[in-house]
Parts: sequence; structure tokens; C-alpha cells
Amino acid sequence: MTAFASRVIPSSDAFATNRANMLALVEELHALKDRAKALSERRRPRFDERGQLTPRERIVRLLDPGMPFLELYGLANYMVDTDDRGKSIPGASLLAGIGFIKGVRCMICANDSGINAGAMTQKTGEKMRFCQDIALDKKLPFVHLVESAGANLLQYQVESWARGGGGFLRLAKLSAAGIPTFVVLHGPSTAGGAYFPGMSDYVIAIKGRGRASLGGAALVRAATGEISDEEELAGAEMHATKTGLVEYLAEDDAHGLLIARDIVGRLDWNKNCLRPVMKGFREPLYDPDEIAGVVPVDYRKPYDVREVVARLVDGSEFDEFKPGYGSSLVCLQGSIFGQAVGVVGNNGPIDPDGAAKGGQFFQLCDQAGIPIVFLNNITGYMVGKEYEQKGMIKHGSKMIQAVSNVRVPKLTLYIGASFGAGNYGMGGYGYEPDFLFAWPNAMTGVMGGEQAALTMDQVARSGAERKGVPVDEAALAAQKQRLIDHFDSQADAFYTSGRLLDHGVIDPRDSRKVLGFALQTCWEARNRTAHSNSFGVARL
Amino acid sequence: MRKFNSILVANRGEIAVRVMHTARSLGYRTIAVYSEADAGAPHVLMADEAVLIGPAPVGQSYLDMSRILKAASETGAEAIHPGYGFLSENADFARACDKAGLIFIGPTAEAIDLMGNKAAAKRRMIAANVPCVPGYEDPDQTDAAFLAASKKIGYPLIVKAAAGGGGRGMRLVDNAKALATALSSAKSEALNAFGSDELILEKAIIEPRHVEIQVFSDMQGTVIHLGERDCSVQRRHQKVVEEAPCPVMTAELRAKMGAAAVEAARSINYRGAGTVEFLLDSENKFYFLEMNTRLQVEHPVTELITGLDLVALQIRVAQGEPLGLVQEDVRLTGHAMEVRLYAEDVTRDFLPCTGSISRWVPASGEGIRFDSGILPGQEISPFYDPMIAKVIAYGDDRETARHRLIEALKNTVLFGLTTNRGFLIDILSRDSFARGAATTAFIADEFTEADLAAKTPSEVQTAIAAVLQYRIARDQILAQTVFVSDKLVDWSSGGALLTRYIYEFGDEAKRDVTISPKQNGGYDVNVGGAAHSVAILEMLDNKAQVTVDGFRYRVHFAVPAEGILDLAESGQTLRFVNMIDFAVTAEVAAGVGRITAPMHGTILDVFVKTGETVEAGARLAVLEAMKMQHDIIAQIDGIVQDVLTATAAQVAVGDVLFEIEAAE
Repeated sequence: MTAFASRVIPSSDAFATNRANMLALVEELHALKDRAKALSERRRPRFDERGQLTPRERIVRLLDPGMPFLELYGLANYMVDTDDRGKSIPGASLLAGIGFIKGVRCMICANDSGINAGAMTQKTGEKMRFCQDIALDKKLPFVHLVESAGANLLQYQVESWARGGGGFLRLAKLSAAGIPTFVVLHGPSTAGGAYFPGMSDYVIAIKGRGRASLGGAALVRAATGEISDEEELAGAEMHATKTGLVEYLAEDDAHGLLIARDIVGRLDWNKNCLRPVMKGFREPLYDPDEIAGVVPVDYRKPYDVREVVARLVDGSEFDEFKPGYGSSLVCLQGSIFGQAVGVVGNNGPIDPDGAAKGGQFFQLCDQAGIPIVFLNNITGYMVGKEYEQKGMIKHGSKMIQAVSNVRVPKLTLYIGASFGAGNYGMGGYGYEPDFLFAWPNAMTGVMGGEQAALTMDQVARSGAERKGVPVDEAALAAQKQRLIDHFDSQADAFYTSGRLLDHGVIDPRDSRKVLGFALQTCWEARNRTAHSNSFGVARL
Repeated sequence: MRKFNSILVANRGEIAVRVMHTARSLGYRTIAVYSEADAGAPHVLMADEAVLIGPAPVGQSYLDMSRILKAASETGAEAIHPGYGFLSENADFARACDKAGLIFIGPTAEAIDLMGNKAAAKRRMIAANVPCVPGYEDPDQTDAAFLAASKKIGYPLIVKAAAGGGGRGMRLVDNAKALATALSSAKSEALNAFGSDELILEKAIIEPRHVEIQVFSDMQGTVIHLGERDCSVQRRHQKVVEEAPCPVMTAELRAKMGAAAVEAARSINYRGAGTVEFLLDSENKFYFLEMNTRLQVEHPVTELITGLDLVALQIRVAQGEPLGLVQEDVRLTGHAMEVRLYAEDVTRDFLPCTGSISRWVPASGEGIRFDSGILPGQEISPFYDPMIAKVIAYGDDRETARHRLIEALKNTVLFGLTTNRGFLIDILSRDSFARGAATTAFIADEFTEADLAAKTPSEVQTAIAAVLQYRIARDQILAQTVFVSDKLVDWSSGGALLTRYIYEFGDEAKRDVTISPKQNGGYDVNVGGAAHSVAILEMLDNKAQVTVDGFRYRVHFAVPAEGILDLAESGQTLRFVNMIDFAVTAEVAAGVGRITAPMHGTILDVFVKTGETVEAGARLAVLEAMKMQHDIIAQIDGIVQDVLTATAAQVAVGDVLFEIEAAE
């Protein structure tokens, strides 16, 4: 293999413009997350007063120093809580990601109790469940740092309650699958929340702060008139001595997290996993940092996707599969941190040849057990008489069928547009990729807003012509703008990520690391034996 | 034909190693003797044969003549080298060797006897026209006789034990009124220390230099000197730094002092290596102090500037061969300087320290010599002198030697014990020492209480320690993972994670440190609110090169336990205990009434007994670790059920010290 020869000139104006535009979006991403962080941080005095750590501090204490951390659903609930982009708080009051505890890859969730005392938002339950799904699929011990006021009764929605049960279902499934679940009870977990400790394999509770009861003192008084003390009703010490709900009693947050680390360490979890044959590799010849300048943020501007791949794969080296056939679908064979991958990218809409090539490429990856990386910058499959007659539907279907059924890990990055069925063929959300991240410039949807507007414009003009009435240009122009706004407001990465349609929005410059982390997570999952049982471990 | 082919070294530690090194290189069979505490010590390992002579206490081992002679007879040893200390200046031992048909590598018993008695020695020296400090060394030991003599000598004067050495039994007296008290206390101290209460008086020479001449004589009557050593830097009469030549020496003065020393040796028919010690005052007048009838600790500086092997010469003389040297053959070239690296706590009045040497990698380099008898993992026990090594540097000139010595001290990896290394570097770096102006008053004059107090780590040192703790933990964890590329470390897709460290130094100083990885591989380190940029350039074994805000630092480090880092920077060794890893443990322990040691150290004192009632907050014990004392506190009211430690006990972190049953 020889290294790709880049034609990008980092000193060019185009590069500088691309980079400035992309970094501005990255800044916007950070600013959004900082909004949640700052809001939570405002409650620091309360945490200090109680001798507690803030939720973000808890996570760092729980994690191994310096080990990588892959944040998940960092923008969850963005634009769900409110339509106001300037006020919406991303994160769903739950911090989540994959990190390491004593060298063990774990799924970690922590209630952000700095925001509304950790009360659930519309997307909190879903975010938790999705993380549990990943934990189950990737065989990751699941650690939940609990401190939540529970559901916000003022915002009660019946679906949240109905679907919320799935969170406990998943704890049971994890336990039965041989994947241990942990709760560190830093604060209250009342009513439904009480089943988080109740259904976890290991419970560590903080003395004087951790609480679990089906009804808090207020509810109990309302229901039965009984006046009770919160500690007697729900306290950590009570559960450690009277109910046996708590396995480990901790003096304070820091201590509880030290215990959690110890207990995870004592699983000796990595004994049940094969070790990879580590292959040497070279860092990309072209710095992954240059990605920001390689890609125009406007998906309508063309560029060579191989320039992106050259900044993701080892040594900037890859082989191109059938470069002269269906060339707008680029299929490449390379490696990331020594792990072989097949990479597909788009240098234009997919034509029938490209679709056939893609389907074949995916099957070859599946045959060899090689993960597939989908770099989405796709406005769709080709339309028009010529393409329809060449069997665009048939070939596109083959490609989508292959994507659906490959057994190898699928890692998808939305790096530009991802529209229509193109998204399906390129391992989009509905095709259950193992990991799916978006760049902040990404636009997803059935089609672009402008395309939708033009389509509707054409429909209106054809209708007017058929009816022989004049076109109301003013009304049409207004409709066009409304359509563009309607589509585009739902298309940007921040919005879609708020609805959990990906695992998060990342800095494009982190793409190689994100892919590497995800690939290694998938590898471990497939090479690990978990000791499953039928019913999960019951607290006897 | 040699008279002997085997040498038993009746000593331990560095000097035993030093002697055997030369003996072996000359083809002698070497025999070590050792106590139970020294099994596995370097002198035992390097010897051709080694004999266990008894338990650790010196009286039952290294000072027990009969056991040593028995070992000699069992191994067929033909000669005995006594080293220094122990039996080296014991005339009875020299005689016993003779009687047993063994060659004692040293002077005759008569010479030892003579010089062992300060008063008799001085009388002999006066007779031989060797300049002596005006004084009184008459057998008349009445107060009246001393008083009369004191008037002739003049004040200030020194009262000394006639049989003494090492400063014991010594008193400086400023006036006649104080004499009687000084005499009586010196007498009892002398009697206790040396078994004789005979005293002498000497005129006190104020702020003199201590300059000694190395002499050598053979049995054919050749007596030469090998130049001088300046050992002025002393603390309570214990030498700390020795160098050759003396910084203020002139050829003329050397000739005069050399001649006096040679005369001293000749006058008593001296044989072998000896040292004639003088006081040199500011007007270049010198006075005989005493003669040491053995190889000196500081002999290496003479070896380095003369190119001679003094042990080889000793053996040669003992074989009855001529020295093979005349005075004119002795050339002094360059400058050599030695320090004595001790396991002692400078901050606690130089209290000797015991413990295990966890890491020991002596520095190497041009002109550097280490004479040591230790190995990593070895205990510095309370039974013997706590000297770890002699560090000696040579250079074409004094400044080269001095700087090499400082660098050698800084670059030596040494962990596990509290040492005087920082103090030695401080001495060598002082301006007056650098100018060669140090007299015997140097340490007392130069070093204030603050200079000797425990140092609080600087912000930079704290930043380095935190980053090292972070990196050590990170790398250990990385090795335990299944599949994590090392290119992924220090990275989080959700923005930097702030890792926190909390250190407490003494009562007040507390440092809160956060570390945040930067994209370029470095770290933003916040130490108590002050921002620093730290990068690790190199980290290998126990050494690292680290930059802080662009300045490069070379440091050594060790991890005695999880959460604890010992950092040596510029020869200063500091302990960093991350309270995040420990604070909780103590509290939890208290919860069940079990008090554990928060860190490795020595229990200095225990204040409670089994059955005693204590209140929360009561001091149970004091733990001393790396220069700092930590109170062990009862966290609950209750009754002491068990005391599982004792004064002077070495404890490891987590060891249970007390069990307290909570009061009802």
C-alpha cells in the first residue's frame, strides 16, 4: 500500500475558510455543553455545604486518570425542552459515556443533580435506556451514580412513565446476561427511582445522603398520614442494616466512589476477554487536525472524501476497491490503530453501479469479519429516467439489504449531508449502527430544505398550470421559505442529536480517536465471554 | 614470597567492601565476617568466604575479638584488616592477632596504645617538637591542678577526655568560674564512654580549620606524607565534608606540616597508614590535635589526588615490603572532595533514621566515585552507623570537583529513607564554602534553624509530583486494559476531565491540584489557583525529565504505596500523599473503631494502653513519615481494646494500629 497523496493545501484560503467555519461550529457545540455544565455548577455551594462532590467530579473520581472517555448523548433533550435555541439545556440532566474503572471498560451514567436536583427530563429515560442497550450489546459493566428528584410531576407525560419501565427491564437483562450493574446512591432515588438500586447487582450508598423509598416523607404523609423521618424511611444506614438493599456503606461521595472502583476492580473482568494481537501502525501521514480545513461546512460544495479518510486511517494508507466502477461511492480498505476496516464514503450521489459495488463491498467485509465505517455525505440515490431504467431501486435495495444484514460492527459518521434513502444505504440511524456520531456541520433528513421547497414549488406550478390559474408568486415564495425553515430546523446535527438520533456530536478532529475507541469497544465485546444466567442475580 | 595470601576483613559496610576490592584485585583470598543483620550485605556477597559471627549488636559480633579470631582460624585467614571504627584502634586486638599468629594490617599495639591516650600522645609530641596546642595533660587530676594549669593556658579552653574521641567528654570553658562544673560532667561522661575519667585541658583555638596529614611508613624506616585533607566542615565534631588539598594550603605550609607529621610518626616508630590531625588557625599556625592509627573514612580524597591505593600500600607494608616510594615521588594533582551521605533526619536534629533502601542508583560520571556497602532493599538498621555511602568527586580544580559532587548527589537515585542529601548539597552550594573559607565554625555559623527545618514543596515541585502520580496511575491502568490504543490516553470526546489531587504538608499548607490534559500531550496543572503548563519529556524507571512553564527539571521518583509519591528534585526529597486516596480510609476506620496507619512510617510515641478510655480527638500515637509527624487520632469515644503497635515500630500504610470499642 502506498500513502494517499493529498491535494489539499493547508496554506490555502479555501482551507482557512473551511477551518474557520468548522471551528465556529465546534465552538457552538462546546458552548451548548458548557451551558449545561454552568447551570449545574451554579449549585456547587449546595454540594460543598453537604460535603458532596458535584456530578462531574464524581465521574472523574470514578474513572481511571488519563484513560479515554467517550461521551454519549451529550446533547440529549436539546430543543426538546424548549424551542428556544438560546435557552435549551442539552444533556437531559444525565451524564453518560464509556470510560475505564480499574482498567475495565464500563458504561457510566450519572444524574446531573446540579440541575433541578437531577429531576428527569423528557429524554432522560430514553438516554438511560439507550446507554443500557449499548452496555448489554458491548458487555460493559453498568455503573449508575444516582441522585435524582425523580420525575418532574409538573411535566408528567404518560409515555415517559410507560416507557420508563424499560430502564429496569434492562437492568434485569444486564444482570441475566452476566454483566454486573452498580449503583452508587449519592442522594435520593424515590418512587420509580428506588428500583435503580433495587434492581442493580451492587449498591454502594452514602451515609446520610443516599436514600431509597417507594414514597418520600411527603407522599407517605399524604397517603397514610404517617409522619416519618427520611433517614428511617429511606436512609443508607437503614438499608445497610435493616433491608439489605445496600451492600456497601460509604462515609461520603469520595469514599463511595473509591469503593465502587475497588468492587469493579475485583470483578477481574478482563480475565474473561481475549487479548488482541496488537499490530504496529503508523499515525496518519496527514494530521487528523487538518480535517477541519478539508471539509466545507456547506454540503453542497464538493470535495474528495478520500482527503478525509487520509486523515483517519493509519499511515494515510488505503486500497481503493473498484475505483473505476460506480466511482461516486468510494470503498476503501485501511486500518485504524492497527484494526482493519472497510470505509465507504461519498463523492456524489450513489448511482446503480455504486450501489451494486457498495453491496458487494459490505458482503466482503462481512465475509472477512472486518468492521465497516460509513462516512455519510450523501444527498441520495440518483433519480431520473436513465437511472431508474438502470435499476436504481433494485441496486439500491441490494445495498440497503447488505447494510442491514452485515454481522460486523458498523460505525457511522455523519460528516455532511445524509438524506433520504442515501442515509439508509450508508448505515444511518435506522440501520442500528454500533456507533453513530455526527459532525456539527451534518444535516440529516428525508431531503434538504431547499430541495423540498423546490419540489413543492414545482408541484404548485404544475398544479396551477393544470388548472390554468396564475401562480401566486408571493404565496409561493412564502411557502418556499417556510418549507426551507421547516426542513432545515430539524436537520442540523444539534437538533437531531437532541432527539437521540445519534450517539453525539463530536469535534471532527477527534474522528480518528472516536472511531478507534468505538472499534476497540466492539472488538472487546465480541471477544469477551459473559457468564449469563436466566433470571439475573436476585438480592436474596 | 608473600607472608600471607588471605585477608579477613573485620568490618562491615563500605569500608569492608573497599578493602576487599583492593585485596581481591591483588590476588588475595578475602574473608568477610558478618552479623545476623548483615546476611546478604554487599561485603558478604563479594567475599570469597564469609563467616557469621553473631547477632546484630556490635558487642556480640563486630566488636567481639574472640569471635573474629575464631572465624580467622576456621577459615585459615593469615591477616586481618580492621577497617576503621570497631576494633581498628584497639591495641588488645592487635596483640591478640599477633598472639594468634595473624598479621594485623595496621600499626603496632604500642603505637595504638600511645596515640589512644591523648595526654600521653601529646607529651610524646611535645618531646618530638611537634607543635601542640598549649594545654595540660598531667596525671594529676585534681581540680586545683587543672585550675592552676588553666591560668597558664588562658581562656577559652577545652576540657577533653584523655581517652576520648568523637567529641564525647568535651567541654568548651570560657572562664575559670565554669571550670569545676565542666570538669565534673566531662569526667562522668568520659568514664561512661571510654572507661577512663582522665581529662586534659587545651587552649581553644577559635574557628580553626581541621587539617590532617596522611602519613605512611614501612618497616624499613621510610616515613612519608601524602599531603593534607581539610575536614573543617564538621557538625558537633563529626566530619561532614572532607577535601584535598586544603583550600588555603601553600607549598611552604604543607612542607612544614608534612615534616611535623612525619616527625610525629617517626618518633613513635609508626608502621603503615596513619593520620596526624592538626588545627590550623587563621595565621597559618598549626597545632597537633591527635593521631589516628588507622585508615581514615576520608582516605579516598587522598587517593584521588595522589593516584595511590592506600589499602594496597597498607597490605604492602604489612607484608614487610618497602613502600617503594620516597617523599619526592608523591605528586598532588587536582582536587578531590568527599561528603558522607547519611540516613539521618536533618530536620530533627540529625536523628539517625532506619528503614529500607527501596531504590539506589548511584550517579556516574567523570571524576565521580562512590564508596558504599549497600544494595537496594537493604535495611539501614539501628545497630550500626547509618552512613549510606561516601560520595567523592575529583576534578582538575576545586570548583570542578565541587560542582561534580553537587551533580552526583542530585543525580543519585535514593529512596526509602530520610537522608542528609539536601543538607550536603546546601553546604556545598554555600558561598563561603565555595570560596574555600569554611572553618570548623562553618555549620554552626551558616545554618539557621530555618535552613534545617522541613521544606514545604514548591508549587513547581507539587505540579511535577501530581503529573507524575497521574501518569504512573494512567500507565499502570493502561497495562491492565484489554484493547486500548496508547494514542487514546489523555483524551475525552466530551472535553477535558479534571483529575484532582489534594496534598497536605504539615499543619497549614494544603495544595489542591487539578490536571487537565492538553491536545499536545502536555498538561494544564492548576496548583492552588496558579496555572502551570507541565510536560513529561522522558520517564524511565525512577527518573523523569519534566518541563514546567518551559523550564526543564530532572527528577527522581518512587511510589512506596498507591497514592504516595516520593519526589527528589535538586537533591531534595519530598513526600506527596494524595489525600483523596487516604482521607476516607481514616474516617472509615474510625467508624468501626479500627485505626490504621495513614502511610508508611515509624511510630515515634504511643500514648494509650489497652483498657484505657479515650475520647474522640485524643492523640493515640505519633507517626513519623518522611520528615513529618502525623498525629494518630481517636475518631470516636470508647475503650482501647487493642494496641497493635509500639514506639519505634515500622508500620506500613493500612496496618491496624489500634482497636477501639465505641462507648455505649
